[in-house]
Amino acid sequence: MTRIDRRSLLRGGLALGCSAAASPLLTPMAFASAPWENRLVVIVLRGAMDGLDAVRPAGDPALAGLRPTLAANPRAGVIDAGYFALHPAFDRLAPMWRRGEFGAVHAVSTPYRDRRSHVDGQDLLEAGTAGLDGREGWLNRLLQTVPGMAAETAYAIGREEMLILSGRAAAQRWAPDTRLRLSPQGRRLLEGMAHDDPLFRSALGQAMEIVDDLAAEDARSGPVLPGPDGAPLRGDHVRLAEFAASRLAGESRIASFSINGWDTHDRQQAPFERALVRLVDTLLTLETGLGPAWDRTAVLCVTEFGRTAAENGTGGTDHGTGGAMLFAGGALRGGRVLGDWPGLAEADLYDRRDLMPTRDLRAHAGWAMRGLFGLDRSVIEEAVFPGLDLGADPGLLL
Amino acid sequence: MTFDSLRAATRFGTGLSPQLPPPDSVAAMLRPLRGRDETARRLPIAPYGEIRPSLVEWNVVARDWRKARGTPQEAAARTAFDKLRAAARAAAWHNFTSTLARGVIAPEGGLHERLTRFWADHFTVGSRTMRDRHLLTAYVEEAIRPHVAGRFEEMLVAVVTHPVMLAYLDQSRSVGPNSAAGRRGGGLNENLARELLELHTIGADGPYDQLDVRELAELLTGLGYNDQRGMEFRPERAEPGSETVLGVTFPNRAGFDTIREALRMLARHPATAGHLARKIAVHFVSEDPDPALVDALEAVWRDSDGDLLAVTAALLEHPAAWEAPPRKVKPPFDYVQSALRALGVPPETIMRPETGETRRLLQIPLARMGQRWEHPPGPEGWPEAAEAWITPPNLAERIDWAMRAPAALLPELPDPRAFARVAVGTDMPEPVAFAARAAESRAEAIGLVLASPAFQRR
Repeated sequence: MTRIDRRSLLRGGLALGCSAAASPLLTPMAFASAPWENRLVVIVLRGAMDGLDAVRPAGDPALAGLRPTLAANPRAGVIDAGYFALHPAFDRLAPMWRRGEFGAVHAVSTPYRDRRSHVDGQDLLEAGTAGLDGREGWLNRLLQTVPGMAAETAYAIGREEMLILSGRAAAQRWAPDTRLRLSPQGRRLLEGMAHDDPLFRSALGQAMEIVDDLAAEDARSGPVLPGPDGAPLRGDHVRLAEFAASRLAGESRIASFSINGWDTHDRQQAPFERALVRLVDTLLTLETGLGPAWDRTAVLCVTEFGRTAAENGTGGTDHGTGGAMLFAGGALRGGRVLGDWPGLAEADLYDRRDLMPTRDLRAHAGWAMRGLFGLDRSVIEEAVFPGLDLGADPGLLL
Repeated sequence: MTFDSLRAATRFGTGLSPQLPPPDSVAAMLRPLRGRDETARRLPIAPYGEIRPSLVEWNVVARDWRKARGTPQEAAARTAFDKLRAAARAAAWHNFTSTLARGVIAPEGGLHERLTRFWADHFTVGSRTMRDRHLLTAYVEEAIRPHVAGRFEEMLVAVVTHPVMLAYLDQSRSVGPNSAAGRRGGGLNENLARELLELHTIGADGPYDQLDVRELAELLTGLGYNDQRGMEFRPERAEPGSETVLGVTFPNRAGFDTIREALRMLARHPATAGHLARKIAVHFVSEDPDPALVDALEAVWRDSDGDLLAVTAALLEHPAAWEAPPRKVKPPFDYVQSALRALGVPPETIMRPETGETRRLLQIPLARMGQRWEHPPGPEGWPEAAEAWITPPNLAERIDWAMRAPAALLPELPDPRAFARVAVGTDMPEPVAFAARAAESRAEAIGLVLASPAFQRR
């Protein structure tokens, strides 16, 4: 293990020492049966998040001209990263930012270029490949590199398909509000009918296992987090995050789910702010729900592509190329905006319209996994992201 | 293998029924597409042009309420607005339950309903505000359903010029940068142009690039709608100059005719024939369809300039459409609809007014199975892959629904053994027949039949 890993383990260990007695979730057995102690959460922001509005390059002289309504007179947020200013919807994350547990990488993208289709862009983002022929997700290929892993190590959460975790390695999939009321005889007969249909057999087996598991945990309720108005945070995204945190605080180490609503073609301000609020709620819920395990957690928020540098004629933005990746968690070194800024002058744009990507976001994800799980560089470049050159270490991990 | 009655009703229809016999030939399947729309006559859904409340009514009542705030008229204006909202909500519920029930009463297996759903999904729309929630089905009734056995280009024009689509893909706000209006402010929005190429016609693999998207977006400027007058062409927003899309140059003649010409060019483009031939085969037959079937559909599409009745007939006459084993999975709407049909639930029951109970029986389960009614993931519509639907949580919801809904919908449950023969067919797998016999209660037996893979695949 590298020095970086020891540091993060030490930090997690100290936090655990302080509060282990208070946490029924972190039993020694849970730790013993998991392959890793660090946690990785990948949140897919579907619809193409406008990275230039989330993490505004306030120091770039071209910004105000490109975005007369979105950026010319913006309401200032409290998170000031020098050249960059974070959208005020992130204000509730200011303490997290100051602790170095929330940050961003700018001007990144997948290798996807030019067609700017959500479907293809998301497929490529989740497949983690250079071309569109991938049928397995990169988190699944990560699982495949470690033999003998239990299915509950990784969870795809929610009712949407998560290609990022699909593939040969076993992973669990659940939505937190599911019920399955069936007599023991009914179960047996259902298993009989599904026996020769692998898709149904495996989904049914997993569903029954999780239902039993959750019943055995007798409805323990986690801490309730107040929102900005003092009332408890609500919404599907909060339930997903609570469920993810409860799994990750137990035996799971990898979780992935999506937050939708980023496709802001028209009058972007209000819907974009609402999407950011959902993301902020989600990160705060993960932090609270994970408790001491937050210190060993890395959350990566990725999107299929960025949006046009200029706002369009209707106060929104159209599909673009380069964008931002957001990250959070006690295992990462935040409180800053990473990345090699290309500039927004017309000649610096991709195709004279989009933020030029200066680095593949897979390199950041790859370095994060290398640090979190102690994987060899070659495993990441050959198995997880085939054909990727990881390049230099961006220093994402502590 | 060619025609098969059971498969005709399940693969190409809304399922088997205890009351309506499955079709006995391809000609019988096509018959309801040719004549008068009896299903729509029995269970009417108001088209966009006739549905109430209209956008104009909504605007008037909402404005009166805004103006009345703080005045003595406030309470009355508030009541009027609440009534309007309740009416819109009731209309949306009527649309949802009627669409479900049409699949239950549809003759000859229900091909017409499936084609309507397929094309409605191909031309997906959504709504962002309360005032147009109830207009989505009305759009399908007006722009999709009358054209499912017509020419594709007619449907394309009807859809692309429809206020609901113009609103959904932001076209109504797009302004040519060098137009009279554009010189005063506003600008281009390329959302509709992109989806028109990528999703509606030549497909994401089609021969286009960003420049085609841009030029098409410029060509479409001027196309908009007005709440009162509907679709209209606004010359002051149209980008001047000629536009070249997919190598075809459209002269500097801003007007609706130029847009229609461009849509016709896209509809007749060879890549559109290939894209849609494959999409139809994937939707109805197999995720990996026999290339011979796709080729046959493509050829008929091209030779007939997209005559959808001819293309549908070609699909039904091709042996590969019948030979493929049943590996497709019914999406949640089709699953629930075919269960209602197999149970013979009367349309009046399905169309009871909206209450917490009816919502929990019919609408909330769809969302929990992964297909919230009229809330598609995006303009690309719902996924096709079986794996996208049969996940542990979504399958658990199907099972849970199958176990409790039938008893809540029918005064008396049928004999499970007979029901299995009706719902799955006489050639059902032995474990299904066994489950129908061996379950400990009638409700669980019926639920098990509906939860069987044999009922869920087609």
